Amino acid sequence: MEQGAVGGSAAATAGTGGLLLPLSESEQQRYSELFSRCCPPPEAAAGGSSVGELFRASQLPPDTLHQITEVCGAKRVGYFGPAQFYIALKLIAAAQSGFPVRIESIKNELPLPRFMALTNDGEVRYGTPAELHGVKFQVPHATLEKNSYKRTDEGDKQEPKSPPMSPICSPPASPSTYQRIPLSYGYGKSRSGLEQQHGAPYEVRHPTHQQDGSSSGNYGAKPALACSTLNRSLSAEREQQDSSAHYSDDPWRITEEQRDYYVNQFRSLQPDLNSFISGSMAKNFFTKSKLPIPELSHIWELSDVDCDGALTLPEFCAAFHLVVARKNGYQLPETLPETLLPEYLQAASLKPMRDCALFDSYSESLPGGQQTRDFSRTEKSAEEVPDNSALLQDGKKDDKQALKVSTALKTIPKEFQHLTVKTAAQESNALKARPRSRSYSSTSIEDAMKKGEEPPTPPPRPQKSHSRASSLDLNKIFQQNTQAVRSGWLPPPPPALPPRPSVSQTEQPSEVELHPQMNRPPSQAEENSSAKKEVVLSQPPSKPTRRKLRTETQGLETPELSPTINVTSSLPAVKPHLPVQKQSSKQKRAIQTAIRKNKETNAVLARLNSELQQQLKEVHKERIALETQLEQLRPVTVL
Amino acid sequence: LVLLSVICCPQNYPLYIRSVPTENELKFHYTVHTSLDVVDEKISAMGKALVDQRELYLGLLYPTEDYKVYGYVTNSKVKFVMVVDSSNTALRDNEIRSMFRKLHNSYTDIMCNPFYNPGDRIHSRAFDNMVNSMMMQVC
Repeated sequence: MEQGAVGGSAAATAGTGGLLLPLSESEQQRYSELFSRCCPPPEAAAGGSSVGELFRASQLPPDTLHQITEVCGAKRVGYFGPAQFYIALKLIAAAQSGFPVRIESIKNELPLPRFMALTNDGEVRYGTPAELHGVKFQVPHATLEKNSYKRTDEGDKQEPKSPPMSPICSPPASPSTYQRIPLSYGYGKSRSGLEQQHGAPYEVRHPTHQQDGSSSGNYGAKPALACSTLNRSLSAEREQQDSSAHYSDDPWRITEEQRDYYVNQFRSLQPDLNSFISGSMAKNFFTKSKLPIPELSHIWELSDVDCDGALTLPEFCAAFHLVVARKNGYQLPETLPETLLPEYLQAASLKPMRDCALFDSYSESLPGGQQTRDFSRTEKSAEEVPDNSALLQDGKKDDKQALKVSTALKTIPKEFQHLTVKTAAQESNALKARPRSRSYSSTSIEDAMKKGEEPPTPPPRPQKSHSRASSLDLNKIFQQNTQAVRSGWLPPPPPALPPRPSVSQTEQPSEVELHPQMNRPPSQAEENSSAKKEVVLSQPPSKPTRRKLRTETQGLETPELSPTINVTSSLPAVKPHLPVQKQSSKQKRAIQTAIRKNKETNAVLARLNSELQQQLKEVHKERIALETQLEQLRPVTVL
Repeated sequence: LVLLSVICCPQNYPLYIRSVPTENELKFHYTVHTSLDVVDEKISAMGKALVDQRELYLGLLYPTEDYKVYGYVTNSKVKFVMVVDSSNTALRDNEIRSMFRKLHNSYTDIMCNPFYNPGDRIHSRAFDNMVNSMMMQVC
């Protein structure tokens, strides 16, 4: 095999038309082994049929395989020499990682290509870390599928591997590198035996699985070839895995040791486990891992689920785990794997009874987290952190305690978690979306709403000094009015004591009238003057102060205006009934307030006007566009 | 259907361009470049006092016979421009607004990423997916 490896590497470097194809040691070993399987030495070229089978076993679509054969040069050369074969393997690895099939993509560091079609003798040799990769890639299929089906096969000890796992094989959350490979590909029963063998020992190994020895017994009937060798090899891997503590059955699942390590690292950055690590701290920390910045950026995107620029403990664990995985050669997934979701991580070591409570508390803590998002997106000040820590306390406390809980309970919680994680994730997404929509709704709408409401509620000061006894009632009425305005346009005050009529109000279709101004004939003059002022004031702002279309604000303002119009229309009807008394000082004050209110109304109207004009402009433009289109068409019809 | 989405930084160079592959894409790039002038004109016309009241959504920048250009600017002068095919009359203003809002939200998510330096080209896969889905769903 060493000869093959050396020869293979030489061929790879020399035989690719000058393209220096970097192969890591593990890749070299694997490729040479595959090559020797496909093409028994002393031939120089791999047999077409075996190569074809191998490629099919990579589970890529046939088009991709054709592409690969073309790109690697086999078509051109007519056979699969070592160089072509190696390139093809690299391309398969690239395609399985989601890269396009091109020479450029294989220059990157890639994981080993995965073939479900490995025969027994190939796997027997798995004792090296390189081949560990290969097997582990495959095994996680079994265990991943197994875990996902735990939902339906509630802790089924006799879980049949082949049928339930094959059809529904496309979990969006799992890394793209892990294709759920249906068991029904062309190698026949030996492979299915292998699959089950994969699953069985890993079930044994996985601390959460309850079927310790029984499953191996179940599959004892399967081809005996695979059984013993696989068991031996996999048990060897198991030991290696236990010692390495970097991989688990599912590379996206965090083991206890890993978790403790991550928590300690978190503690070194942020002593309070319930609070956040800010973005810049995390950036410095993860930059030390010497991964390229775009990858770190992608890792951050995946792990910062609530997009707040800071990492909570589960988010940090997920990010760290992704970094570790990447450094060990795993490709980063497109979406966060289910096992790395914060909700999942938080609940991962909890008992099932705690799960619901935890998710409730976590989802409660989400709004808290989102509030801080609004505060700042960069450094998290220590003052803000305690706000969230209180909310997160429940969830985190449980988490801390849970870390010490025995892991034997993992299986059962997982079933619940799968169900609840989804709902919690949906909840969290919904919660995330809601504050987003709130904070990102056009800010000017809120401004406009506030401003729209301000004019209706000027202080009822001027009315206090009416001479008549009814002035007290008037004050009350005014206060009633203002409150009515604030509370949402309640019907007008009792007709018995309406405020002194100011005739001008009938003409001012605005909130101003709710603060009925004054009393009598001078009000006429006032009305005329204010009406004139209105007209005058409205004209200069005709140049739109804001040239932006604001149908929303319009929509908001018109409801504001219409209720006020309703209210005010009833008021003037009542006012003339009251007798009026003149007092010039009161009039003056009233006039001044009226002026103020009119100005405010004017501002509102001017805004409305500008918006409408903008709309008109745009409609004009569209009309012009339509007309030009029509013109283009017309000559055809005329002729 | 949305033909082209562009995000430009305050210095008017593009941070992100995503277009439906057509021939003559360059024409759309040029259109967006010229529409940046219209955007600048709109935001400068506001005057200093009214900056707070300025609407983020700029609306139809200008229509041509084939397509329309819509603009949106954030408070930090980052501009989003979208070129939409005129033949699609079903696209209402509200839909354009919601698309801009989604763009804005996703852009904010990118800004949250401490590894992203403002002014860099945007390479985020999640962002790409979002924009793709948004542009495709309209078609």
